[in-house]
Amino acid sequence: MKQLMALNNISIEINKQKILYDVSLSINLNQIITILGPNGAGKSTLVKVILGLISPTTGTIKRASDLTIGYVPQSINLNQTLPITVERFMHLNKQLSYDDIIKTLSLVNAEYLIDRSMHQLSGGELQRVLLAQALAKRPKLLILDEPTQGVDVNGQVLLYDLIMDAKTEFNCGVVMVSHDLHLVMAKTDEVICLNHHICCSGTPASVSNDPEFISLFGQHGASQIALYKHHHNHNHDFCQHQHNHQHQKMILPDLGHNND
Amino acid sequence: MIELLLPSLLAGLCLSCLTGPLGTFVVWRRMSYFGDTLSHAALLGVAFGFLLNINLFYAIILVTLFLAIGLLWLESQKQLPVDTLLGILAHSALSLGLVVISLMSNLRIDLMAYLFGDLLSITMFDVYQITVCVMIIGSLLIWRWNHFLFITVSEELAFSHGINVPLTKFMLTILLALTIGIAMKFVGALIITALLIIPAATAKYYAKNPESMAIIAILIGMLSILGGILFSLIYDTPTGPSVVLSNTCLFFISLFISKFFIRTKN
Repeated sequence: MKQLMALNNISIEINKQKILYDVSLSINLNQIITILGPNGAGKSTLVKVILGLISPTTGTIKRASDLTIGYVPQSINLNQTLPITVERFMHLNKQLSYDDIIKTLSLVNAEYLIDRSMHQLSGGELQRVLLAQALAKRPKLLILDEPTQGVDVNGQVLLYDLIMDAKTEFNCGVVMVSHDLHLVMAKTDEVICLNHHICCSGTPASVSNDPEFISLFGQHGASQIALYKHHHNHNHDFCQHQHNHQHQKMILPDLGHNND
Repeated sequence: MIELLLPSLLAGLCLSCLTGPLGTFVVWRRMSYFGDTLSHAALLGVAFGFLLNINLFYAIILVTLFLAIGLLWLESQKQLPVDTLLGILAHSALSLGLVVISLMSNLRIDLMAYLFGDLLSITMFDVYQITVCVMIIGSLLIWRWNHFLFITVSEELAFSHGINVPLTKFMLTILLALTIGIAMKFVGALIITALLIIPAATAKYYAKNPESMAIIAILIGMLSILGGILFSLIYDTPTGPSVVLSNTCLFFISLFISKFFIRTKN
Protein backbone atom coordinates (compact mmCIF):
# COMPACT_ATOMS: atom_id res chain seq x y z
CA MET A 1 0.00 0.00 0.00
CA LYS A 2 1.51 3.29 -1.08
CA GLN A 3 1.96 5.84 1.64
CA LEU A 4 0.62 9.29 0.80
CA MET A 5 1.50 11.13 3.95
CA ALA A 6 3.05 10.49 7.32
CA LEU A 7 2.60 12.70 10.38
CA ASN A 8 5.21 12.20 13.06
CA ASN A 9 4.57 13.37 16.62
CA ILE A 10 2.74 16.49 15.54
CA SER A 11 1.82 19.06 18.13
CA ILE A 12 0.01 22.35 17.61
CA GLU A 13 0.00 25.24 20.01
CA ILE A 14 -2.15 28.30 19.35
CA ASN A 15 -1.94 31.18 21.82
CA LYS A 16 -0.07 28.92 24.24
CA GLN A 17 -2.94 26.45 24.20
CA LYS A 18 -2.22 22.91 23.19
CA ILE A 19 -4.67 21.98 20.48
CA LEU A 20 -2.98 18.77 19.42
CA TYR A 21 -0.10 16.76 20.81
CA ASP A 22 1.73 13.56 19.94
CA VAL A 23 -0.28 12.90 16.84
CA SER A 24 1.27 10.32 14.56
CA LEU A 25 -0.61 9.05 11.60
CA SER A 26 0.02 7.41 8.28
CA ILE A 27 -2.29 7.96 5.31
CA ASN A 28 -2.21 5.40 2.54
CA LEU A 29 -3.59 5.12 -0.95
CA ASN A 30 -6.92 3.34 -1.16
CA GLN A 31 -7.53 3.61 2.55
CA ILE A 32 -10.35 5.37 4.34
CA ILE A 33 -9.54 7.01 7.64
CA THR A 34 -12.33 8.44 9.76
CA ILE A 35 -11.54 10.93 12.49
CA LEU A 36 -13.92 11.00 15.44
CA GLY A 37 -13.88 13.17 18.49
CA PRO A 38 -15.92 15.45 20.73
CA ASN A 39 -16.39 19.14 19.90
CA GLY A 40 -13.21 21.13 20.31
CA ALA A 41 -11.05 18.03 20.15
CA GLY A 42 -8.92 19.50 17.38
CA LYS A 43 -10.41 17.54 14.48
CA SER A 44 -10.62 20.48 12.12
CA THR A 45 -7.16 21.57 13.19
CA LEU A 46 -5.81 18.14 12.32
CA VAL A 47 -7.50 18.38 8.92
CA LYS A 48 -5.85 21.75 8.36
CA VAL A 49 -2.48 20.28 9.29
CA ILE A 50 -2.97 17.46 6.79
CA LEU A 51 -3.98 20.05 4.18
CA GLY A 52 -0.89 22.09 4.96
CA LEU A 53 -2.90 25.14 6.02
CA ILE A 54 -1.39 25.07 9.51
CA SER A 55 2.19 24.08 10.11
CA PRO A 56 2.83 22.07 13.25
CA THR A 57 4.59 23.64 16.23
CA THR A 58 6.70 20.52 16.60
CA GLY A 59 6.87 17.27 14.68
CA THR A 60 7.37 16.48 11.03
CA ILE A 61 5.15 15.78 8.06
CA LYS A 62 6.25 13.73 5.09
CA ARG A 63 4.21 14.02 1.91
CA ALA A 64 4.45 11.96 -1.25
CA SER A 65 6.06 14.18 -3.88
CA ASP A 66 3.22 13.99 -6.41
CA LEU A 67 0.41 14.35 -3.91
CA THR A 68 -2.74 16.10 -5.19
CA ILE A 69 -5.19 16.89 -2.44
CA GLY A 70 -8.89 17.45 -2.96
CA TYR A 71 -10.55 19.24 -0.05
CA VAL A 72 -14.22 19.43 0.92
CA PRO A 73 -14.69 21.99 3.70
CA GLN A 74 -17.44 21.83 6.33
CA SER A 75 -19.27 24.48 4.36
CA ILE A 76 -18.38 27.69 2.64
CA ASN A 77 -19.37 30.98 4.10
CA LEU A 78 -20.49 32.63 0.89
CA ASN A 79 -21.43 36.28 1.26
CA GLN A 80 -25.04 36.93 0.21
CA THR A 81 -23.93 39.86 -1.93
CA LEU A 82 -21.65 37.70 -4.07
CA PRO A 83 -23.68 36.37 -6.99
CA ILE A 84 -22.15 33.20 -8.37
CA THR A 85 -23.49 30.24 -10.32
CA VAL A 86 -22.34 26.66 -9.85
CA GLU A 87 -20.59 26.84 -13.22
CA ARG A 88 -18.62 29.94 -12.25
CA PHE A 89 -17.78 28.40 -8.89
CA MET A 90 -16.39 25.29 -10.57
CA HIS A 91 -14.55 27.55 -13.01
CA LEU A 92 -12.59 29.13 -10.16
CA ASN A 93 -10.31 26.26 -11.09
CA LYS A 94 -9.11 27.81 -14.33
CA GLN A 95 -7.88 24.53 -15.78
CA LEU A 96 -11.38 23.18 -16.24
CA SER A 97 -13.22 23.49 -19.54
CA TYR A 98 -17.01 23.57 -19.70
CA ASP A 99 -17.00 19.87 -20.60
CA ASP A 100 -14.77 19.03 -17.64
CA ILE A 101 -17.19 20.84 -15.36
CA ILE A 102 -20.19 18.94 -16.71
CA LYS A 103 -18.30 15.66 -16.41
CA THR A 104 -17.21 16.30 -12.84
CA LEU A 105 -20.66 17.46 -11.77
CA SER A 106 -22.21 14.33 -13.25
CA LEU A 107 -19.87 12.26 -11.05
CA VAL A 108 -21.87 13.57 -8.09
CA ASN A 109 -25.24 13.64 -9.91
CA ALA A 110 -25.23 17.42 -9.90
CA GLU A 111 -24.98 18.35 -13.58
CA TYR A 112 -28.54 19.71 -13.48
CA LEU A 113 -27.36 22.35 -10.99
CA ILE A 114 -24.88 23.97 -13.35
CA ASP A 115 -26.83 27.20 -13.99
CA ARG A 116 -28.17 27.47 -10.47
CA SER A 117 -26.98 30.18 -8.10
CA MET A 118 -24.80 28.84 -5.30
CA HIS A 119 -27.12 30.60 -2.85
CA GLN A 120 -30.12 28.55 -3.93
CA LEU A 121 -28.60 25.13 -3.29
CA SER A 122 -29.85 22.91 -0.50
CA GLY A 123 -27.35 21.61 2.04
CA GLY A 124 -26.97 18.32 0.21
CA GLU A 125 -26.60 19.96 -3.19
CA LEU A 126 -23.98 22.36 -1.91
CA GLN A 127 -21.95 19.53 -0.42
CA ARG A 128 -22.12 17.61 -3.69
CA VAL A 129 -20.89 20.64 -5.61
CA LEU A 130 -18.07 21.05 -3.08
CA LEU A 131 -17.22 17.38 -3.57
CA ALA A 132 -17.21 17.87 -7.34
CA GLN A 133 -14.87 20.80 -6.91
CA ALA A 134 -12.46 18.57 -5.00
CA LEU A 135 -12.76 15.70 -7.48
CA ALA A 136 -12.08 17.98 -10.44
CA LYS A 137 -8.44 17.99 -9.41
CA ARG A 138 -8.28 14.20 -9.77
CA PRO A 139 -6.97 13.94 -6.22
CA LYS A 140 -4.76 11.23 -4.78
CA LEU A 141 -6.03 12.19 -1.36
CA LEU A 142 -9.54 13.37 -0.59
CA ILE A 143 -10.04 15.26 2.66
CA LEU A 144 -13.53 15.92 3.99
CA ASP A 145 -14.36 17.90 7.11
CA GLU A 146 -17.80 16.86 8.33
CA PRO A 147 -19.19 16.65 4.81
CA THR A 148 -22.78 15.99 5.89
CA GLN A 149 -23.45 19.01 8.08
CA GLY A 150 -26.89 20.38 7.24
CA VAL A 151 -27.74 17.43 4.98
CA ASP A 152 -30.85 15.30 5.55
CA VAL A 153 -30.58 11.55 6.16
CA ASN A 154 -31.20 10.46 2.58
CA GLY A 155 -28.73 13.06 1.42
CA GLN A 156 -26.17 11.73 3.90
CA VAL A 157 -26.46 8.20 2.57
CA LEU A 158 -26.17 9.50 -0.98
CA LEU A 159 -23.16 11.64 -0.13
CA TYR A 160 -21.23 8.80 1.50
CA ASP A 161 -22.16 6.64 -1.46
CA LEU A 162 -20.67 9.22 -3.80
CA ILE A 163 -17.53 9.49 -1.70
CA MET A 164 -17.05 5.74 -1.92
CA ASP A 165 -17.66 5.83 -5.68
CA ALA A 166 -15.08 8.58 -5.98
CA LYS A 167 -12.60 6.54 -4.01
CA THR A 168 -13.03 3.65 -6.42
CA GLU A 169 -12.96 5.95 -9.45
CA PHE A 170 -9.83 7.87 -8.53
CA ASN A 171 -8.11 5.20 -6.48
CA CYS A 172 -7.38 7.76 -3.81
CA GLY A 173 -6.96 7.79 -0.07
CA VAL A 174 -9.76 9.36 1.98
CA VAL A 175 -9.53 11.19 5.30
CA MET A 176 -12.76 12.41 6.78
CA VAL A 177 -14.09 13.91 9.96
CA SER A 178 -17.52 12.51 10.64
CA HIS A 179 -20.08 12.09 13.38
CA ASP A 180 -22.27 9.77 11.37
CA LEU A 181 -20.88 6.64 12.96
CA HIS A 182 -23.67 4.39 11.77
CA LEU A 183 -23.17 5.41 8.14
CA VAL A 184 -19.42 5.64 8.02
CA MET A 185 -18.12 2.78 10.07
CA ALA A 186 -18.95 0.07 7.55
CA LYS A 187 -16.73 1.70 4.97
CA THR A 188 -13.91 2.82 7.19
CA ASP A 189 -10.58 1.03 7.28
CA GLU A 190 -9.23 2.92 10.22
CA VAL A 191 -10.90 4.97 12.93
CA ILE A 192 -8.95 7.62 14.74
CA CYS A 193 -10.46 8.75 17.96
CA LEU A 194 -9.15 12.22 18.71
CA ASN A 195 -9.26 14.31 21.85
CA HIS A 196 -6.23 16.61 21.51
CA HIS A 197 -4.22 13.45 21.11
CA ILE A 198 -5.04 10.11 19.51
CA CYS A 199 -6.94 8.27 22.26
CA CYS A 200 -7.24 5.11 20.28
CA SER A 201 -7.13 4.02 16.71
CA GLY A 202 -7.60 0.94 14.64
CA THR A 203 -10.32 -0.91 12.83
CA PRO A 204 -13.89 0.06 13.75
CA ALA A 205 -14.35 -3.28 15.51
CA SER A 206 -11.31 -2.92 17.73
CA VAL A 207 -12.02 0.73 18.55
CA SER A 208 -15.57 0.08 19.69
CA ASN A 209 -14.23 -2.19 22.44
CA ASP A 210 -11.62 0.28 23.57
CA PRO A 211 -12.43 1.65 27.04
CA GLU A 212 -11.10 5.09 26.05
CA PHE A 213 -13.55 5.19 23.18
CA ILE A 214 -16.45 4.22 25.40
CA SER A 215 -15.49 6.84 27.99
CA LEU A 216 -15.41 9.53 25.27
CA PHE A 217 -18.53 8.65 23.38
CA GLY A 218 -20.44 6.75 25.99
CA GLN A 219 -22.30 3.57 25.42
CA HIS A 220 -24.40 5.21 22.72
CA GLY A 221 -21.44 5.83 20.42
CA ALA A 222 -20.02 2.42 21.06
CA SER A 223 -23.36 0.81 20.32
CA GLN A 224 -23.51 2.65 17.01
CA ILE A 225 -20.29 0.97 16.00
CA ALA A 226 -21.51 -2.25 17.54
CA LEU A 227 -24.57 -1.92 15.36
CA TYR A 228 -22.28 -2.01 12.40
CA LYS A 229 -20.54 -5.06 13.79
CA HIS A 230 -23.86 -6.74 14.14
CA HIS A 231 -24.69 -6.01 10.51
CA HIS A 232 -21.36 -7.23 9.47
CA ASN A 233 -21.52 -10.49 11.35
CA HIS A 234 -24.97 -11.01 10.11
CA ASN A 235 -23.96 -10.70 6.50
CA HIS A 236 -20.83 -12.79 6.44
CA ASP A 237 -19.02 -13.77 9.54
CA PHE A 238 -16.03 -15.46 7.96
CA CYS A 239 -13.69 -12.54 7.45
CA GLN A 240 -13.29 -9.12 8.96
CA HIS A 241 -11.00 -6.94 6.96
CA GLN A 242 -9.68 -8.47 3.82
CA HIS A 243 -12.65 -7.61 1.66
CA ASN A 244 -13.48 -4.03 2.43
CA HIS A 245 -15.04 -3.43 -0.94
CA GLN A 246 -17.40 -6.22 -0.39
CA HIS A 247 -18.84 -4.98 2.76
CA GLN A 248 -19.26 -1.51 1.35
CA LYS A 249 -21.50 -2.96 -1.26
CA MET A 250 -23.25 -5.21 1.18
CA ILE A 251 -24.02 -2.53 3.67
CA LEU A 252 -25.32 0.23 1.40
CA PRO A 253 -28.39 -1.47 -0.03
CA ASP A 254 -29.12 -2.49 3.51
CA LEU A 255 -29.19 1.10 4.63
CA GLY A 256 -31.40 2.13 1.77
CA HIS A 257 -33.71 -0.60 2.76
CA ASN A 258 -33.83 0.54 6.35
CA ASN A 259 -34.83 4.02 5.26
CA ASP A 260 -37.81 2.75 3.36
CA MET B 1 -18.33 75.41 -19.91
CA ILE B 2 -17.53 71.99 -21.31
CA GLU B 3 -13.78 72.73 -21.07
CA LEU B 4 -14.20 73.41 -17.39
CA LEU B 5 -16.14 70.20 -16.80
CA LEU B 6 -14.35 67.86 -19.14
CA PRO B 7 -11.32 67.03 -16.92
CA SER B 8 -13.41 66.27 -13.85
CA LEU B 9 -15.83 64.22 -15.90
CA LEU B 10 -12.99 62.22 -17.48
CA ALA B 11 -11.31 61.71 -14.11
CA GLY B 12 -14.57 60.55 -12.55
CA LEU B 13 -15.36 58.13 -15.37
CA CYS B 14 -11.84 56.80 -15.28
CA LEU B 15 -11.93 56.26 -11.51
CA SER B 16 -15.25 54.44 -11.85
CA CYS B 17 -13.44 51.74 -13.82
CA LEU B 18 -11.53 50.96 -10.61
CA THR B 19 -14.02 51.77 -7.86
CA GLY B 20 -16.59 49.51 -9.57
CA PRO B 21 -14.73 46.18 -9.39
CA LEU B 22 -12.80 47.01 -6.21
CA GLY B 23 -16.07 48.12 -4.64
CA THR B 24 -17.54 44.69 -5.31
CA PHE B 25 -14.69 43.19 -3.29
CA VAL B 26 -15.28 45.71 -0.51
CA VAL B 27 -18.90 44.57 -0.39
CA TRP B 28 -18.19 40.84 -0.72
CA ARG B 29 -15.40 40.82 1.83
CA ARG B 30 -17.14 43.25 4.23
CA MET B 31 -14.28 45.70 4.04
CA SER B 32 -16.29 48.92 4.11
CA TYR B 33 -14.87 49.93 7.46
CA PHE B 34 -11.46 49.23 6.01
CA GLY B 35 -12.17 51.68 3.20
CA ASP B 36 -13.25 54.28 5.76
CA THR B 37 -10.05 53.84 7.74
CA LEU B 38 -7.86 54.21 4.72
CA SER B 39 -9.66 57.29 3.48
CA HIS B 40 -9.53 58.94 6.89
CA ALA B 41 -5.86 58.15 7.01
CA ALA B 42 -5.49 59.82 3.66
CA LEU B 43 -6.18 63.10 5.43
CA LEU B 44 -3.10 62.40 7.49
CA GLY B 45 -1.32 62.15 4.16
CA VAL B 46 -2.48 65.64 3.29
CA ALA B 47 -1.11 66.94 6.58
CA PHE B 48 2.26 65.26 6.10
CA GLY B 49 2.37 66.44 2.50
CA PHE B 50 2.14 70.04 3.66
CA LEU B 51 4.42 69.49 6.64
CA LEU B 52 7.25 67.91 4.65
CA ASN B 53 6.47 69.91 1.55
CA ILE B 54 6.10 66.98 -0.81
CA ASN B 55 3.58 66.45 -3.58
CA LEU B 56 0.19 65.73 -1.96
CA PHE B 57 -0.65 63.03 -4.46
CA TYR B 58 2.37 60.96 -3.42
CA ALA B 59 2.04 61.82 0.26
CA ILE B 60 -1.52 60.49 0.34
CA ILE B 61 -0.61 57.32 -1.51
CA LEU B 62 2.38 56.71 0.76
CA VAL B 63 0.38 57.15 3.95
CA THR B 64 -2.49 54.90 2.81
CA LEU B 65 -0.02 52.22 1.70
CA PHE B 66 1.82 52.44 4.99
CA LEU B 67 -1.43 52.17 6.92
CA ALA B 68 -2.71 49.26 4.83
CA ILE B 69 0.44 47.31 5.61
CA GLY B 70 0.18 48.24 9.29
CA LEU B 71 -3.43 47.08 9.37
CA LEU B 72 -2.59 43.76 7.79
CA TRP B 73 0.13 43.26 10.36
CA LEU B 74 -2.11 44.17 13.31
CA GLU B 75 -4.82 41.90 11.95
CA SER B 76 -2.39 38.99 11.81
CA GLN B 77 -1.56 39.52 15.50
CA LYS B 78 -5.16 38.63 16.44
CA GLN B 79 -5.06 40.72 19.63
CA LEU B 80 -8.23 42.73 18.96
CA PRO B 81 -11.20 42.25 16.64
CA VAL B 82 -10.57 43.85 13.26
CA ASP B 83 -13.44 46.34 13.43
CA THR B 84 -12.18 47.64 16.77
CA LEU B 85 -8.69 48.05 15.37
CA LEU B 86 -10.04 49.86 12.35
CA GLY B 87 -12.13 52.14 14.54
CA ILE B 88 -9.10 53.08 16.61
CA LEU B 89 -6.90 53.67 13.60
CA ALA B 90 -9.47 55.52 11.49
CA HIS B 91 -10.28 58.18 14.03
CA SER B 92 -6.74 58.49 15.35
CA ALA B 93 -5.44 59.06 11.85
CA LEU B 94 -8.16 61.56 11.09
CA SER B 95 -7.57 63.45 14.34
CA LEU B 96 -3.81 63.39 13.97
CA GLY B 97 -4.21 64.79 10.47
CA LEU B 98 -6.44 67.61 11.69
CA VAL B 99 -4.17 68.45 14.65
CA VAL B 100 -1.03 68.51 12.52
CA ILE B 101 -2.73 70.78 10.00
CA SER B 102 -3.91 73.19 12.71
CA LEU B 103 -0.43 73.30 14.25
CA MET B 104 1.00 74.64 11.01
CA SER B 105 -0.25 78.14 11.79
CA ASN B 106 1.29 79.69 8.70
CA LEU B 107 -0.97 77.56 6.57
CA ARG B 108 -4.60 78.01 5.66
CA ILE B 109 -6.00 74.91 4.00
CA ASP B 110 -9.53 74.48 2.79
CA LEU B 111 -10.26 71.27 4.71
CA MET B 112 -13.64 70.94 3.08
CA ALA B 113 -11.91 70.23 -0.20
CA TYR B 114 -10.13 67.24 1.29
CA LEU B 115 -13.07 65.94 3.24
CA PHE B 116 -15.57 66.26 0.44
CA GLY B 117 -13.28 66.50 -2.57
CA ASP B 118 -13.13 69.04 -5.30
CA LEU B 119 -13.93 67.34 -8.56
CA LEU B 120 -14.13 70.62 -10.43
CA SER B 121 -10.56 71.65 -9.60
CA ILE B 122 -9.13 68.81 -11.64
CA THR B 123 -6.77 69.75 -14.44
CA MET B 124 -5.96 67.87 -17.61
CA PHE B 125 -2.61 66.91 -16.06
CA ASP B 126 -4.46 65.26 -13.17
CA VAL B 127 -6.49 63.32 -15.69
CA TYR B 128 -3.33 61.91 -17.30
CA GLN B 129 -1.99 60.99 -13.90
CA ILE B 130 -5.22 59.24 -12.96
CA THR B 131 -5.43 57.43 -16.29
CA VAL B 132 -1.93 55.99 -15.91
CA CYS B 133 -2.63 54.87 -12.34
CA VAL B 134 -5.99 53.37 -13.28
CA MET B 135 -4.40 51.45 -16.13
CA ILE B 136 -1.67 50.01 -13.90
CA ILE B 137 -3.98 49.09 -11.02
CA GLY B 138 -6.65 47.86 -13.43
CA SER B 139 -4.33 45.46 -15.21
CA LEU B 140 -3.07 44.07 -11.90
CA LEU B 141 -6.67 43.59 -10.87
CA ILE B 142 -7.57 41.75 -14.08
CA TRP B 143 -4.39 39.67 -13.89
CA ARG B 144 -5.18 38.42 -10.40
CA TRP B 145 -8.98 38.62 -10.60
CA ASN B 146 -9.60 34.89 -10.29
CA HIS B 147 -7.26 34.62 -7.29
CA PHE B 148 -9.00 37.51 -5.54
CA LEU B 149 -12.37 35.94 -6.24
CA PHE B 150 -11.20 32.53 -5.06
CA ILE B 151 -10.00 33.76 -1.65
CA THR B 152 -13.27 35.69 -1.32
CA VAL B 153 -15.35 32.56 -1.92
CA SER B 154 -13.28 30.48 0.50
CA GLU B 155 -9.76 30.97 1.72
CA GLU B 156 -9.40 27.30 2.62
CA LEU B 157 -10.51 26.14 -0.80
CA ALA B 158 -8.23 28.66 -2.47
CA PHE B 159 -5.34 27.34 -0.41
CA SER B 160 -6.16 23.75 -1.37
CA HIS B 161 -5.89 24.87 -4.99
CA GLY B 162 -2.38 26.13 -4.42
CA ILE B 163 -3.12 29.85 -4.08
CA ASN B 164 -0.89 31.85 -1.74
CA VAL B 165 -3.68 33.30 0.41
CA PRO B 166 -1.75 35.88 2.50
CA LEU B 167 0.00 37.25 -0.58
CA THR B 168 -3.24 37.49 -2.53
CA LYS B 169 -4.96 39.23 0.38
CA PHE B 170 -2.02 41.62 0.66
CA MET B 171 -2.20 42.44 -3.05
CA LEU B 172 -5.91 43.13 -2.92
CA THR B 173 -5.47 45.39 0.09
CA ILE B 174 -2.67 47.29 -1.60
CA LEU B 175 -4.72 47.79 -4.78
CA LEU B 176 -7.60 49.08 -2.66
CA ALA B 177 -5.28 51.40 -0.72
CA LEU B 178 -3.80 52.78 -3.94
CA THR B 179 -7.24 53.38 -5.43
CA ILE B 180 -8.40 55.20 -2.32
CA GLY B 181 -5.21 57.24 -2.32
CA ILE B 182 -5.73 58.29 -5.92
CA ALA B 183 -9.44 58.97 -5.63
CA MET B 184 -9.16 60.84 -2.33
CA LYS B 185 -7.95 64.07 -3.92
CA PHE B 186 -10.98 64.24 -6.14
CA VAL B 187 -13.90 62.88 -4.20
CA GLY B 188 -12.66 63.48 -0.67
CA ALA B 189 -12.00 61.39 2.41
CA LEU B 190 -15.58 61.10 3.57
CA ILE B 191 -17.07 60.11 0.26
CA ILE B 192 -14.70 57.61 -1.30
CA THR B 193 -16.19 54.65 0.60
CA ALA B 194 -19.61 55.55 -0.73
CA LEU B 195 -18.25 55.50 -4.27
CA LEU B 196 -16.87 52.03 -3.64
CA ILE B 197 -19.89 50.54 -1.97
CA ILE B 198 -23.02 52.04 -3.50
CA PRO B 199 -22.38 51.10 -7.17
CA ALA B 200 -21.44 47.57 -6.12
CA ALA B 201 -24.48 47.23 -3.88
CA THR B 202 -26.68 48.50 -6.71
CA ALA B 203 -25.13 46.15 -9.26
CA LYS B 204 -25.92 43.20 -7.02
CA TYR B 205 -29.59 43.47 -8.05
CA TYR B 206 -28.79 42.88 -11.72
CA ALA B 207 -25.89 40.44 -11.65
CA LYS B 208 -25.82 36.66 -11.85
CA ASN B 209 -22.06 36.28 -11.75
CA PRO B 210 -19.19 38.14 -10.08
CA GLU B 211 -17.83 39.50 -13.35
CA SER B 212 -21.16 40.91 -14.48
CA MET B 213 -21.57 42.51 -11.05
CA ALA B 214 -18.20 44.26 -11.45
CA ILE B 215 -19.03 45.53 -14.95
CA ILE B 216 -22.49 46.73 -13.95
CA ALA B 217 -20.91 48.48 -10.95
CA ILE B 218 -18.59 50.33 -13.33
CA LEU B 219 -21.53 51.46 -15.47
CA ILE B 220 -23.56 52.54 -12.45
CA GLY B 221 -20.54 54.42 -11.09
CA MET B 222 -20.15 56.23 -14.41
CA LEU B 223 -23.83 57.06 -14.59
CA SER B 224 -23.82 58.57 -11.13
CA ILE B 225 -20.66 60.58 -11.85
CA LEU B 226 -22.37 61.97 -14.91
CA GLY B 227 -25.61 62.70 -13.08
CA GLY B 228 -23.86 64.15 -10.03
CA ILE B 229 -21.64 66.53 -11.99
CA LEU B 230 -24.54 67.76 -14.10
CA PHE B 231 -26.65 68.32 -10.99
CA SER B 232 -23.90 70.21 -9.20
CA LEU B 233 -23.38 72.32 -12.31
CA ILE B 234 -27.02 73.26 -12.68
CA TYR B 235 -27.88 73.81 -9.02
CA ASP B 236 -24.40 74.86 -7.85
CA THR B 237 -24.14 72.13 -5.20
CA PRO B 238 -20.87 70.53 -4.00
CA THR B 239 -19.83 67.94 -6.56
CA GLY B 240 -18.76 65.00 -4.36
CA PRO B 241 -21.97 64.81 -2.34
CA SER B 242 -24.02 65.30 -5.49
CA VAL B 243 -22.31 62.29 -7.07
CA VAL B 244 -22.98 60.21 -3.97
CA LEU B 245 -26.64 61.27 -3.94
CA SER B 246 -27.20 60.41 -7.58
CA ASN B 247 -25.64 57.06 -6.73
CA THR B 248 -28.06 56.63 -3.85
CA CYS B 249 -30.98 57.38 -6.15
CA LEU B 250 -29.85 54.63 -8.54
CA PHE B 251 -29.55 52.28 -5.59
CA PHE B 252 -33.12 52.85 -4.41
CA ILE B 253 -34.50 52.67 -7.94
CA SER B 254 -32.79 49.28 -8.32
CA LEU B 255 -34.12 48.16 -4.98
CA PHE B 256 -37.66 48.88 -6.14
CA ILE B 257 -37.10 47.29 -9.54
CA SER B 258 -35.79 44.13 -7.90
CA LYS B 259 -38.77 43.96 -5.55
CA PHE B 260 -41.02 44.35 -8.56
CA PHE B 261 -39.23 41.60 -10.49
CA ILE B 262 -39.27 39.19 -7.59
CA ARG B 263 -43.02 39.67 -7.28
CA THR B 264 -43.65 38.97 -10.97
CA LYS B 265 -41.39 35.91 -10.82
CA ASN B 266 -43.46 34.30 -8.12
